[in-house]
Amino acid sequence: MSPLLSGSLFHSSPFNPSSPHAQVISDLFILVLYISAVIFLVVFGSLLYAILRYRGKPGQPDPAQEFGNAKIEIVWTALPFLIVVFLCVFTVKTMYSADPPAKGGDPDLVIIGHQWWWEARYPKSGVVTANEIHIPVGKNFLVRLESADVIHDFWVPQLSRKMDAVPGQVNYIWLQASEAGTYLGACSEYCGAQHAWMRIRVIAQPEAEFEKWQQEQLKVPSKPTTGEVALGAELFERLTCVNCHTISGTIAEANVGPDLTHLASRQTLGAGILENTPSNLARWLANPHAVKPGVLMPNMKLTESEINLLVAYLGTLK
Amino acid sequence: MSETPIASETVDSVSKVEEYKGLYSWVASVDHKQIGILYLIFTIIFLLLGGIEALLLRIQLAQPTSTFLSPQAYNQLFTMHGTTMIFLVVMPMLIGLATYLVPLMIGARDMAFPRLNALSFWLLVFGGLLLYYSFITQGGAPNVGWFSYAPLSEKPFSLWTGGVDYWALGLLVAGIGTVSSGVNLITTIFALRAEGLTIRRLPLFVWMVLVNSFLIILALSILNASLVMLLADRLLGAHYFRPATGGSAILWQHLFWAFGHPEVYIMVLPAFGILSEVIPVFSRKPIFGYEFVAGSTVAIGLLSFGVWAHHMFTVGLGHILDSFFGIASMLIAIPTGVKIFNWIATMWGGSIRFTTAMLFAVAFLVQFTVGGLSGVHFAVVPIDWQTTDTYYVVAHFHYVLFGGTFFGIMAGIYYWFPKITGRMLSEGLGKIHFWTMLIGFNLTFFVQHILGLIGMPRRVYTYPDLPHWGMLNLVSTIGAFILALSVLVFVWNIIASLRNGKPAGDNPWDAWTLEWATTSPPPVHNFDRLPPIRGRRPLWDFTHPDKADWKVHEKNGT
Ligand code: HEM
Ligand SMILES: [Cu+2]
Repeated sequence: MSPLLSGSLFHSSPFNPSSPHAQVISDLFILVLYISAVIFLVVFGSLLYAILRYRGKPGQPDPAQEFGNAKIEIVWTALPFLIVVFLCVFTVKTMYSADPPAKGGDPDLVIIGHQWWWEARYPKSGVVTANEIHIPVGKNFLVRLESADVIHDFWVPQLSRKMDAVPGQVNYIWLQASEAGTYLGACSEYCGAQHAWMRIRVIAQPEAEFEKWQQEQLKVPSKPTTGEVALGAELFERLTCVNCHTISGTIAEANVGPDLTHLASRQTLGAGILENTPSNLARWLANPHAVKPGVLMPNMKLTESEINLLVAYLGTLK
Repeated sequence: MSETPIASETVDSVSKVEEYKGLYSWVASVDHKQIGILYLIFTIIFLLLGGIEALLLRIQLAQPTSTFLSPQAYNQLFTMHGTTMIFLVVMPMLIGLATYLVPLMIGARDMAFPRLNALSFWLLVFGGLLLYYSFITQGGAPNVGWFSYAPLSEKPFSLWTGGVDYWALGLLVAGIGTVSSGVNLITTIFALRAEGLTIRRLPLFVWMVLVNSFLIILALSILNASLVMLLADRLLGAHYFRPATGGSAILWQHLFWAFGHPEVYIMVLPAFGILSEVIPVFSRKPIFGYEFVAGSTVAIGLLSFGVWAHHMFTVGLGHILDSFFGIASMLIAIPTGVKIFNWIATMWGGSIRFTTAMLFAVAFLVQFTVGGLSGVHFAVVPIDWQTTDTYYVVAHFHYVLFGGTFFGIMAGIYYWFPKITGRMLSEGLGKIHFWTMLIGFNLTFFVQHILGLIGMPRRVYTYPDLPHWGMLNLVSTIGAFILALSVLVFVWNIIASLRNGKPAGDNPWDAWTLEWATTSPPPVHNFDRLPPIRGRRPLWDFTHPDKADWKVHEKNGT
């Protein structure tokens, strides 16, 4: 990450790349911006000159009538052509270094777009999570993108090209971060009511920390036996939550909504709309539609005490 | 050409159509001038509607996590805004201008098929009404964006709203009318030119309308067919675009953009034509490189059918296809650049009069260049992989369509309003209109380049409170209100000038093409007499008999 950009306007932009793949795109983009600036200045400069120099005065006789000049036309057709050839070469070259073909390898990560959240599966370890994706620093993850419903698009500008998640098709991208940190991204293909809140966080951690995180995520939460937490757990299995969500070690095994097994370890709720705090969780459970209108989770019409029990229970799922 | 003395020829008058009077004439008319005016009135009304929709969107986005609009309302409004501006404002405004002007510019009595002409317009009206009717149906207006990507636009995902059905039906009805306009304009230009007006002497506006009409016939037919397929999916249970039952989501994109990219040129070529009339007249010089301006238009027209997949670089078509379409798209920059150079060369060495029309034309050149350059960025495929579907795209196409085409249309309206109405638009109000529009436009849309680059996707009803996002969006919203003000000045200028504008006379700008050879407004039959046509600028030749273009060319042997 360029220290120049930390805290600046372009901090989370493609111009502050943190992977070799995003780096080559950034380099190309900056080159093309320079070329564009030169072209703009040539056009604008000659236009400005013409405006200032050839402003007509009242009563002035008609200027000389020229009809064109084939030689000049050829010059200003050929020059842009050369620029285009130059750009084509760089374009194709950069395509292959920014996005090397995946050649059907086994993915390290499978990301599935849902209206309006991201399912993340790590097939090699078996971890399943949502919206917040952990990766080890410096490792090049092959990511397979799928969709459960409509077209979405996975975009984390500092790390990789964007790529659509298309129903009935799989796409691959490479995901890598050269430095530890949290990288922000978002769904970048309009996908319905809550397209705005389909945000992505990629959390890049040193290899050891990442391994620790995976181990935590793989733990099956023990069944609580006493107090509010136990009542909450019981409530969770009794209500229809289990028709849509998974919590390992319980009867909840559905995949309509995000996996909640380690909900409390995540930073946000509702794909980025709320910070993950007990009071926000209570707000969500009281009525998800008040928080995220149009969301596909129904209002469960819970009583306040039910909400408190559920919050207590879900809060233990670290 | 033989050396006959300049003599006026009478246009053989077509059997006189019954003249209707009053309000009824506006419904029953088959006169291309009346229909052209109807197009302009219709599109200005929809411009105001589309503008109000845009203001609502910008109010919602002025601050992060705002709740002024619900996501459902926001999504309906951006869909309607885009659909309105493209299908009910920009395209019909250009067709309306062409309907009014082409017969006059070629010295014809009317369009080739006057009744079909009326049908085209009224189909557009009914299409527009069908689309807007959706607002009062259960579930409201369509909410899937102006390109209605499948499968979001399919029943399982847009179950509660018939909006998408109205969207498809409305566009289909209007689209049939648009194809007929294309047929009508082509026939008119080929068959009804006055004697002496060869294809190589056509005014450039007519040239561009001609190329444009071919694009319309080919592209709109693809759209109409795709809309029928989408309707079949939604209403008859077909499966073209539904992956869940064996269809293909990507097929819709291929079909839509096979229409959609030529559509972009359909919305810009006639504006190029307007510039090619306005800039020479106000620079007091003929267009520089007529053949190259016309020829590059044909090149753009042909290329525009081979670049559609540049809207699909993130779909996962593979690098081979992506490269092909990227390179083809970059090629379009060449004929487009040639035009810009030719316009500047026309001004070069001229004696420029900065009327409001000319100011809009000059602003077009600058803004269109900005939009053109960001367009090249998308053709550079890896840059597209970072910027597509962000506010960078929103900035880009507004620079092309608003900063370009719409400013061009404004130039055209200030230029031809005297011909159409017999009165001048106020230049004083015109300058206020121009400067507020220039400032408002650039304030609104320039910052959106930055928003896109710092990660703001397009079509989001709100956004998190990230550093700088709120401030940049606020600037954009303020710009939008300045823009709205400028549109009000424009409408006021029209109303005020219709009431008591200066009388125009036949040829207030001392222009050279045939429409200025008749009265303002022209009589029902357009021309009593036509000047002889021996070159591209018949009125110049007429007023400068010893410096006539054909004499110069004869002397130079060109
Ligand atoms: C009382 C029972 C339920 C509880 C406690 C519950 C809890 C939650 C929580 C905490 C989230 C946020 C997860 C995250 O952001 O990572 C969530 C999201 C979600 N839930 Fe539920 N849920 C329940 C019932 C349901 C049901 C019945 C459905 C299916 C009809 C459902 C569908 C969803 C969906 C689709 C999301 C993702 C929303 C988005 O971010 O767009 N939930 N739920
Ligand atoms: Cu999405």
